[in-house]
Amino acid sequence: MEFLTTNLPYILAGVSTGGQYALIAIGYTMVYGILRLINFAHGDVFMAAGLIMIYSYTIMPLWISVPFTIILTVLLGFTIERVAYKPLRTAPRMSIMISAIGMSYLIQNIALYITGGLLKNYPKIPWTSDSITIAGAITKRVTAITPFLTILLVIALVLLINHTKIGMAMRAVSIDFETAQLMGIKIDSVISMTFIIGSFLAAIGSILFFSNYPGVTPTVGGMPGLKAFVAAVFGGIGSIPGAVIGAFIIGICENIIKGLGWTTFSDAFTFVLLIIVLMFMPTGLFGEKVTDKV
Amino acid sequence: MENQITKKPINKDMMISFTLLALLFVVLVILELVLPRTSILFTVLKKGAIYALVAVSMNLLNGFTGLFSLGQAGFMLLGAYTYAIFTIPVAARSQVYQYFNGGLIQFTLPVFVAMILAGLIAAGFAFLIGLPVLKLKSDYLAIATLGFAEIMRALFQWDKIGVITNGSNLLRKYPVFKTTIFYFAVSGICIAIIVLLINSTYGRAFKAIRDDEVAAEAMGINLAHHKRLSFVISSFFAGISGALLAMFQTTIQASQFKSAMTYEILLIVVIGGIGSVTGSCISSFLFIACSEWWLRFLDNANLNITSLQILRPGFRKVVFSVVIMMIVLFYQKGIMGDKEFNLGGLIKFFKTLPSQHKLPAHLKLAKTKEGK
Repeated sequence: MEFLTTNLPYILAGVSTGGQYALIAIGYTMVYGILRLINFAHGDVFMAAGLIMIYSYTIMPLWISVPFTIILTVLLGFTIERVAYKPLRTAPRMSIMISAIGMSYLIQNIALYITGGLLKNYPKIPWTSDSITIAGAITKRVTAITPFLTILLVIALVLLINHTKIGMAMRAVSIDFETAQLMGIKIDSVISMTFIIGSFLAAIGSILFFSNYPGVTPTVGGMPGLKAFVAAVFGGIGSIPGAVIGAFIIGICENIIKGLGWTTFSDAFTFVLLIIVLMFMPTGLFGEKVTDKV
Repeated sequence: MENQITKKPINKDMMISFTLLALLFVVLVILELVLPRTSILFTVLKKGAIYALVAVSMNLLNGFTGLFSLGQAGFMLLGAYTYAIFTIPVAARSQVYQYFNGGLIQFTLPVFVAMILAGLIAAGFAFLIGLPVLKLKSDYLAIATLGFAEIMRALFQWDKIGVITNGSNLLRKYPVFKTTIFYFAVSGICIAIIVLLINSTYGRAFKAIRDDEVAAEAMGINLAHHKRLSFVISSFFAGISGALLAMFQTTIQASQFKSAMTYEILLIVVIGGIGSVTGSCISSFLFIACSEWWLRFLDNANLNITSLQILRPGFRKVVFSVVIMMIVLFYQKGIMGDKEFNLGGLIKFFKTLPSQHKLPAHLKLAKTKEGK
């Protein structure tokens, strides 16, 4: 109990970070489920969403800039897929992964050019940035909102995937790419839809994430991106509930480690976890068993 | 007798290569005598040589063994730190380790011993990390090695082991070589060893694993052993290139070995052609020259013609990464594909060049007349 009370701020922060990671992790896990591609640029899309928000907030009111950010981020995700991944659909997997790395490099450099490499302060969004007290721990309101919003979005997404036509198409494509194509599913629009959903969630995740942080730098997307990917692997890649649970676990553990004074290792922990998971449970918590065929 | 005949062309090729290399060194010596030491050309050449070595070591893994590893920055960090830690003069230690009472290690090793130790330490870590990680398949391996590099970066900045690594502070005052020839010599020797390895039975086994793991195993190749061997050797040379980088920069800090560094090395390998040693070398010099030198004018805000301030710091990198994306998307083979550069091939290429292009009719006619 004492552990709980002293560590409550960290656990709260962890739940919140976990929710933000979850929103990014869904983008990774859905793309991997369909294209078998680690979308290295996804973390940078997340960073770009932060920058778009900063710049749009300076010229328009909040209620326009938030939807504007989301729309622009979705467009960015869609464009990345069309430009960098679609031409390589028949190429070996390694080239498409290299293309993803190149895209990540490009987005980071564009961000570096636009911002001049300086830290851009994230706007204080009224109401969400206010301080509140939960069970004696002072935190921002966004911390309390994040997990609920995340879970709400995830439920909506699961409903979309299980009960709509496009959701069914996505499931079909992720099970068997070629057969799905033969059955008349328009692969390109399904893949685009995946990227649109992923970027949409990343945009929301970015707004929640950066409300808690001072600002955005061009390289800030890399770490949360990698961690979200680890969360996706931990939960079993391709599984949406898995990614969400994995993200919450990683978020909470990371913040508890920070609370114990081991901040240096909060990043390293994630990767140790990744290596352990891959060694003993290669398919993660909820992943399907895959057997290699010769 | 027969043996001699088959060997002869190789010897000729090797002779040409050696003469070219000797020429290169002569040119370098002359350049060093003629140009001022601070010339950007030397910066590019030194850094190019260092990146050539690490790119070739990455190519050994990615291009020749088919292991998609992204841990190169981590191994370079190990090499750079090992070199720096063991060569800082004892007298200078109290200055460098000012927050850690002069540090724990109170002896120095000779430069070359320290360099080899840098490679060995990187290789040792590679062996340990390879035990669990090498069982993973393609993209999982990539993420796990990337994660390893991040762990290393965090670990070396940890202040609890600051008596050895100096925490997140700079390491400096270790001996450095100012001459470009040194970097070329070390990097050249290492690359030559890698080339010899690739051409040996081990190299052929690596290539077999790359092409088809199952078939390679059926042919009696010990997969685990060869993968580990390739990983350890590649890391050894990445460690040495890390030591060279430490010398080149004169100061070293763990925070600079980000995953972006690995990405750059990977892009060099891709531009040069996955599976081509000479390609990696050529592209690393091109890459460094472009990013450090030739595209500098794009950053110069005074050169703007239009009122729009398009040219300003950072624009160079944008143009550069767009070019890289173009290569990745439309020219996937890179500069050399999986072939190696050789002079005979180049001459042949230029000889067949005119006939490949469609000449205008009158020119073609003139040519045939000439032929007669």
